[in-house]
Amino acid sequence: MKNKVIVIGGGTAGMEVAGQLAKHDCTVTLLERSAETGGHVRDWYHLFPDRKDSREVINYLENLIRHKSISLFTDTDVNDIVRENDFFVVRTSDGKELQADAIVVSTGFDLFRSERKEEYGYGIYDNVISSADLEKMFRNDEIKLQNGNIPSKIGMVHCVGSRDEKVGNVYCSKLCCVTAVKQAIEIVKRIPEAKVFCFYMDIRMGGALYEELYKEAQQDYGVNFIRGKVSEVSQDIDNKLITKVEDTLTGRPLKIGLDMLVLMAGMEMAESGQKIALSAELDTGENRFFKATDLHYGSNKSNKNGIFYAGTCTAPMNITETISHARAAVIDVIDYLNDRSN
Amino acid sequence: MQTEGKKRIWSEYNKEIADDHYFYVRSCIRQSFFPGSEQFFLKFLRDDLRKDVLENPSHTTCTGIGYHADVVPFSTIMTVIARHYALMKEAGYKNIVISCVTSFGVYTEILETWKHFPEELEKTRDYLRRATGREFDLPLNMAHTSDLIYKFRNEIAEKAKYLLINHKTGKPLNIVEHVGCHYAKIFPKYGVGGAEFPNVLGGMIEAWGGKVIDYPERRHCCGFGFRQYLVQANRGYSLSNTVKKFDSMKPYKPDMVLTNCPGCTMFMDKWQYTIKEMNGTVYGDNGESIPVLTYEELAGLVLGYNPWDLGLQYHMVQSEPLLKKMGIHYDPADKYRTRDGRQMPVPENMINV
Repeated sequence: MKNKVIVIGGGTAGMEVAGQLAKHDCTVTLLERSAETGGHVRDWYHLFPDRKDSREVINYLENLIRHKSISLFTDTDVNDIVRENDFFVVRTSDGKELQADAIVVSTGFDLFRSERKEEYGYGIYDNVISSADLEKMFRNDEIKLQNGNIPSKIGMVHCVGSRDEKVGNVYCSKLCCVTAVKQAIEIVKRIPEAKVFCFYMDIRMGGALYEELYKEAQQDYGVNFIRGKVSEVSQDIDNKLITKVEDTLTGRPLKIGLDMLVLMAGMEMAESGQKIALSAELDTGENRFFKATDLHYGSNKSNKNGIFYAGTCTAPMNITETISHARAAVIDVIDYLNDRSN
Repeated sequence: MQTEGKKRIWSEYNKEIADDHYFYVRSCIRQSFFPGSEQFFLKFLRDDLRKDVLENPSHTTCTGIGYHADVVPFSTIMTVIARHYALMKEAGYKNIVISCVTSFGVYTEILETWKHFPEELEKTRDYLRRATGREFDLPLNMAHTSDLIYKFRNEIAEKAKYLLINHKTGKPLNIVEHVGCHYAKIFPKYGVGGAEFPNVLGGMIEAWGGKVIDYPERRHCCGFGFRQYLVQANRGYSLSNTVKKFDSMKPYKPDMVLTNCPGCTMFMDKWQYTIKEMNGTVYGDNGESIPVLTYEELAGLVLGYNPWDLGLQYHMVQSEPLLKKMGIHYDPADKYRTRDGRQMPVPENMINV
């Protein structure tokens, strides 16, 4: 009889896990709380560093889960997970009781709600948007202000909800810097006369070809990088966003009028993941993401035997890392199932 | 500008404000500069709303000005505040209401210190016991007086004789609200609406028919800043802060400025006179300066109190342009007359007259 595995979360990690497990002769139930799979990637336009169309990744993942051994349930939330003897029972929001030999949690992340940084005025000032909002504008081929005009001066605020004790997130979300660089380039490609200013604390380009992209942004696209944290944003009578920042390299305060401000929202443990952590008594770390048994060689293992983690429910990751982490989870699941049957 | 976003923020800062039985502590400077404000507050709460408010004549300064000037050590100011709590306990009250924003900031800072460093609370209990033999309890509820006017803003609106509407044009008056820095910037949870988009004054303005102006330097200091004005050599900083604010609000043509901090009212009022004397600049429409009122004075005008009983004549920028816009009837001859009819000296060089 085939082993049954339930995968909770149908984003990049969950889809990769489901597909790979199916290839390894498991019967997989993939549960996704929203109406369709794909997670955050579906909302993104281009991916760094090569500006690949995100739809290519979605197509790859959708093909992967198109498998007879995978049952997909969308609009399905997990209420709780209970261990009963040798198997797990997962109760869902629509009243299902599903049994499994192992579980993979891949609940992913939530984007930091930018309105929590009240001083930036997201949700109040018309042209303060988030990095996710800008991706939608790229997809719709429409970078416009609320009044329909094309912006000519655009600011990008790094570390919104990351490395910020005030909001309780001391960690680096790791991908916002390169996202800002990628988006800045995309803006200048679409609006060549636009001036783009990136306000950063540190530029963290810790990925393959990221540093090169950062250099390209400066040399080829004239993006300005200003080292300093934005302290407050307000709006003047002409709807300009008056942005105050300290330029720490020149040691002077700076006040600049912008047409549009883009907030590079960080990554946080998903609320749905927190709910599962509570119901299944899964350990979370100080950054609230799921805590694996070991950071070096056990990053897919939970404190509960038979429950595994994949992807950004454990820490911020890019697509490449997420897929690698998901594949590693599959190996741990298969090891666990083999050990059990022996 | 999306007001829904502001409303969402306001909903996250629902400050609890006691409904009755207040132990009231006055400000040091408001009684001199805006003598009608505290008088109105007590009269309104006691006579109009029939609330129980106690003032204890043994209450002293909180020493906040000395504390911010590095003259009074923290242990001393904690003991002074503890003594006020002891007076409140002895009188059988649990809800403190503080008239001054500097004091309010001091009280909140000390309460938070005691919460996070309980050993400081115990030390303060010991200091007070040894100095006075008194014991104290922490307040059940702590509010600034502007919190109370905000709480009762709709009751005021129901009894309003005049609204914040230009009676000739029927349009809402453009009103700048300036909330004192020490009200909520240190601990946003203690302020109505938090620190970034406070609603304590904006809520009053909208309830009474006015329009709140949000301008770029809304959050900026009024220029009071203790170190800027206590040291004479630094007063240029104080003035330049005020200039920055008024330059920023000028394009919106404000009809008045509403404040909740004694220092802010004083400096935004008096520096307008100084700026006019220095370079002839005025910030209001029609070559006039902008009247700067306390929330009690404005509440009093809305309720139909005599402007001279509210003490508006003690401001540097005179309020007649505002009174005319609101359609308030007043007798100019009464402006500098005592209640028993004696004529007081009339100041020279008044602006807006």
